[in-house]
Amino acid sequence: METVLAIVVGCLYAAGIYMMLRRSLFKLILGLVLLSHGANLLIFTVGGLTRGRPPIAPPGATQPPTPSADPLPQSLILTAIVIGFAVLAFSLVLFHRGYQTFGSDDPDDLKVSE
Amino acid sequence: MADSSPNVVDPPTATGRTAGWMLALPLLAVAVYFARLLPAVAGGETFQFARDWVPSLGLRLSFTLDGLSLLFVLMVCVVGTLVLIYAGGYMAGRKYLGRFFTFLVLFTVSMLGLVLADNLLLLYVFWELTSICSYFLIGFESDRPQARAAALQALLVTGGGGLALLAGVILLARAGGSYELSALLNQGDALRTHALYVPALLLILAGAFTKSAQFPFHFWLPGAMEAPTPVSAYLHSATMVKAGVYLMARLSPALGGTELWLWTVTGVGGVTMVVAAWMSLTQSDLKRILAYSTVSALGMLTFLIGLGGPLASQAAMAYLIGHALYKGALFFVAGSVDHETGTRDINQLSGLGKAMPMTALASAVAALSMAGLPPLFGFIAKELAYEATLHAPAKIWITTAAVTASVLLIAAAALAGLRPFLGKARATPRPAHEAPLSMLLGPLVLGVLSLVFGVWPAWAADALVSAATSAVVGQQQSVHLALWHGVTPPLVLSAITLACGIAVYAARGLILRLSALWGRAAQWGPAGWYELALRGLNGLAISQTRLLQSGYLRHYLMITVGATVALVGYALFARGVWRANVDWTDLRIYEAALAALILMAILMAILKESRLAAIAALGVVGYGVALIFVLFGAPDLAMTQFLVETLTVILFVLVFYHLPEDQRVREGAGRWRDAALAIAVGGLMSALVLVGTPENFPPISSFFDEHSVPQGHGRNVVNVILVDFRAMDTMGEITVLSIAAAGVYALLKLRKRPDSVTDDVEQARAEDQAAVTSDVAPTPEPPKPPRATDLDEASASFILRPASRLLFPLLLLFSIFLLFRGHNEPGGGFSGGLVAASAFILYRFAFGVQATRGLLPVSPLSLFGGGLLISASCGVLALLEGYPLLTALWSTWFVPGFGELHVGTPLLFDVGVYITVIGVTLTIILPLAEE
Repeated sequence: METVLAIVVGCLYAAGIYMMLRRSLFKLILGLVLLSHGANLLIFTVGGLTRGRPPIAPPGATQPPTPSADPLPQSLILTAIVIGFAVLAFSLVLFHRGYQTFGSDDPDDLKVSE
Repeated sequence: MADSSPNVVDPPTATGRTAGWMLALPLLAVAVYFARLLPAVAGGETFQFARDWVPSLGLRLSFTLDGLSLLFVLMVCVVGTLVLIYAGGYMAGRKYLGRFFTFLVLFTVSMLGLVLADNLLLLYVFWELTSICSYFLIGFESDRPQARAAALQALLVTGGGGLALLAGVILLARAGGSYELSALLNQGDALRTHALYVPALLLILAGAFTKSAQFPFHFWLPGAMEAPTPVSAYLHSATMVKAGVYLMARLSPALGGTELWLWTVTGVGGVTMVVAAWMSLTQSDLKRILAYSTVSALGMLTFLIGLGGPLASQAAMAYLIGHALYKGALFFVAGSVDHETGTRDINQLSGLGKAMPMTALASAVAALSMAGLPPLFGFIAKELAYEATLHAPAKIWITTAAVTASVLLIAAAALAGLRPFLGKARATPRPAHEAPLSMLLGPLVLGVLSLVFGVWPAWAADALVSAATSAVVGQQQSVHLALWHGVTPPLVLSAITLACGIAVYAARGLILRLSALWGRAAQWGPAGWYELALRGLNGLAISQTRLLQSGYLRHYLMITVGATVALVGYALFARGVWRANVDWTDLRIYEAALAALILMAILMAILKESRLAAIAALGVVGYGVALIFVLFGAPDLAMTQFLVETLTVILFVLVFYHLPEDQRVREGAGRWRDAALAIAVGGLMSALVLVGTPENFPPISSFFDEHSVPQGHGRNVVNVILVDFRAMDTMGEITVLSIAAAGVYALLKLRKRPDSVTDDVEQARAEDQAAVTSDVAPTPEPPKPPRATDLDEASASFILRPASRLLFPLLLLFSIFLLFRGHNEPGGGFSGGLVAASAFILYRFAFGVQATRGLLPVSPLSLFGGGLLISASCGVLALLEGYPLLTALWSTWFVPGFGELHVGTPLLFDVGVYITVIGVTLTIILPLAEE
């Protein structure tokens, strides 16, 4: 499955970069979201895949069963997801205000209005 | 007082003149303090003072006073006192006197620090401080472009040398194991054979040569004559430019005595003294004549220090004193002449002796000392120099160079110090008259000192030269100076020098014609290189800025991404880390189907031109990723991802609901170029994933698995990491969340014209106030009649409202359940907070924004602020108990019928996270939904 996920990660990155290079702020933000999915999945996959065994100790036990999924990348990704959301919200609102001010979706138009 | 406007007492004039005297007094006191230490220091005693500053860098505030330091300290203080008094008169009536005196005093302090510092890094700090003061003082008349250019030139040349010096000092400390001069000077033999000796020496010499204006870096010093004359007398003749000489003399016990030292230092000094003395004769500006002759004298000092040994060292020290006395006086005189006649051009000046008798007297004494005539101190210094050259290796060449420079300097002395005062009086731009007392004191005192030191060397000169020479040579020396030694080779040389000097002065016309021929070649001299280098540097900066900073976001992105691909790809390839674990065998059919679904959704998101379709495809990608989390043992991630994905889609729709579709931009071939770059990035990331699997890099998480239950009292390891082991990271992350939310709030609420911003803030505050007061009783009241917007109309359906009314409390309850079970089961503050926020958003779609705000006890802003505060206070609790910030504190309670209950700060921390997440989400979404 690592191999398949590696391809998915690659595609997410490729799609993210491609979208960020378009002349549309909407697509740029879309690319940003795809890129953060790619990054999260990359950390997740590189941390090692374990099917269906969350890092949770059963009641009474002192530690999770072995093997179980690696908790460290998970906690990294968990905060990354929420922060990704906040950053997305900020860029969306920035775009929104930019559009109201400049009436354009094209980053090149913003350049002349500096 | 015979100044230009003597009858009008101009307040700034009066202030300036008094300021000079007032500032001079403390400096005089310092001079007296140090002068009283002279007998002890001459007897071989040293005084030390040290405090640590930055111990980890080897930087100490350590100072040592020995003979060499004392000589420089007295020079700085005595000349400084006279300069301050002189400047009070010279600068009277000018603007920005406060700034002028500030830099002059700051320079004095820096210079004293430089010559007293024992720590080389400290010395470097003072070294650069003097360069900076010099910059501001040269450019003091900043309305003149020449002054600005000269100031910058001096700063760049000496500053560049300063960097070389720093590098050299660091190498030297590497070699010697200490930054303390007192430690380094004892291990000369070890240093001279060290592998770093050559680079350290050359770098330090580069610093010294630039500072002391040695060829080919000499050109900045004549340029520095743009400074007011007191500054030229002080910084650019008597003290600062001698810092390089000081450094070479100081380090000569540690670094000197090698062939490299001898030929580099003596060679550069020799060339400088001859070339600069020649150049001084071709000038017609009094100050420039003096500047070039100063460069020549600095060359002589460097030359003597290069020769090394007791003879040359005592000659150098005597020459140093002699030069400070006569050159300071001559600069003062040049300033007075300029001040009282309005010109410094020697072709316009003659016969001033009648109008300015006292100035003329001081000038004559100084000029004769410069020419090396008895009974003045300059004579003793020159005799000693000849004595030293006659004992040097290759003595014919060395002595010839010294004699040549002295011959040329005699002519220069006559030109600058005698000629303006002799002959017939000529009309000058201003009618000449005597300078005021403040401007006479300096040259007269220095002239008297030249005479006293020469006639009666036993009074102070012996002690000064002995003490300084001892420090330079590294062993105790006792020097007895005298005017008369009998008919010795140096005396014969002096006689020859004088005769030649007079001849050269007479033949100055020839020199001028020769130098005119030369003039065209001069533009290729060092000053020309400087211009060229400066222009080249500016050009490089401009062209690389044009190349790299196009102003198009795409280009920046391409450069960054392209560089990343190239560098990381190269590293992967070069290290041969190509043990990629390509393995298709363990693939399950539903996993493959999920991956295919995600890939198709990605493709849709790229290709669909309709925004809503693209947003929907994006949602599918997010849910697909969440499903991957489900399959591979990450329930917390899956929950969070599902919730965030839902909110993301809502957010996108809210923002783009009202906006028209894109203007389609035709991009043509650019698409293919971007696609190629994107595919390269994707390929690289895929390769990274395959290379970086745990088989290659074993995980480090066993610590968390083992300690989560016993120490963290939680079975959900992910949650324990978040709220306990790595709580500091989480604290940082919720802070980032809050900052993003505050940014959104600012963008949406604080808008319109800049002048109405305050109104906006107040309005927003009033809204928040209203929200607070309306909910003194925080029971969720039945909603008030909603304010209808079109979105509200659309959503006010029969099903949504009753359903929401039912679901809202249930969801809230569920979120609290998630929060508290999070420590042991999937859940926690993040997912709980997102569920609670979703509940509010659902309510908003059913009943509108006003009603939803009414449900909140405080405004969303205060909500995330409060949440942050709760989380942070958990950390502070640990501090109060004496543990590091955010250490978990637990207490165990026994609850009948339930068993042991662990209560601890991580649970409270998670509550803070929960509240912050609610506040952040609502701060972002509610205002957007209001639009």
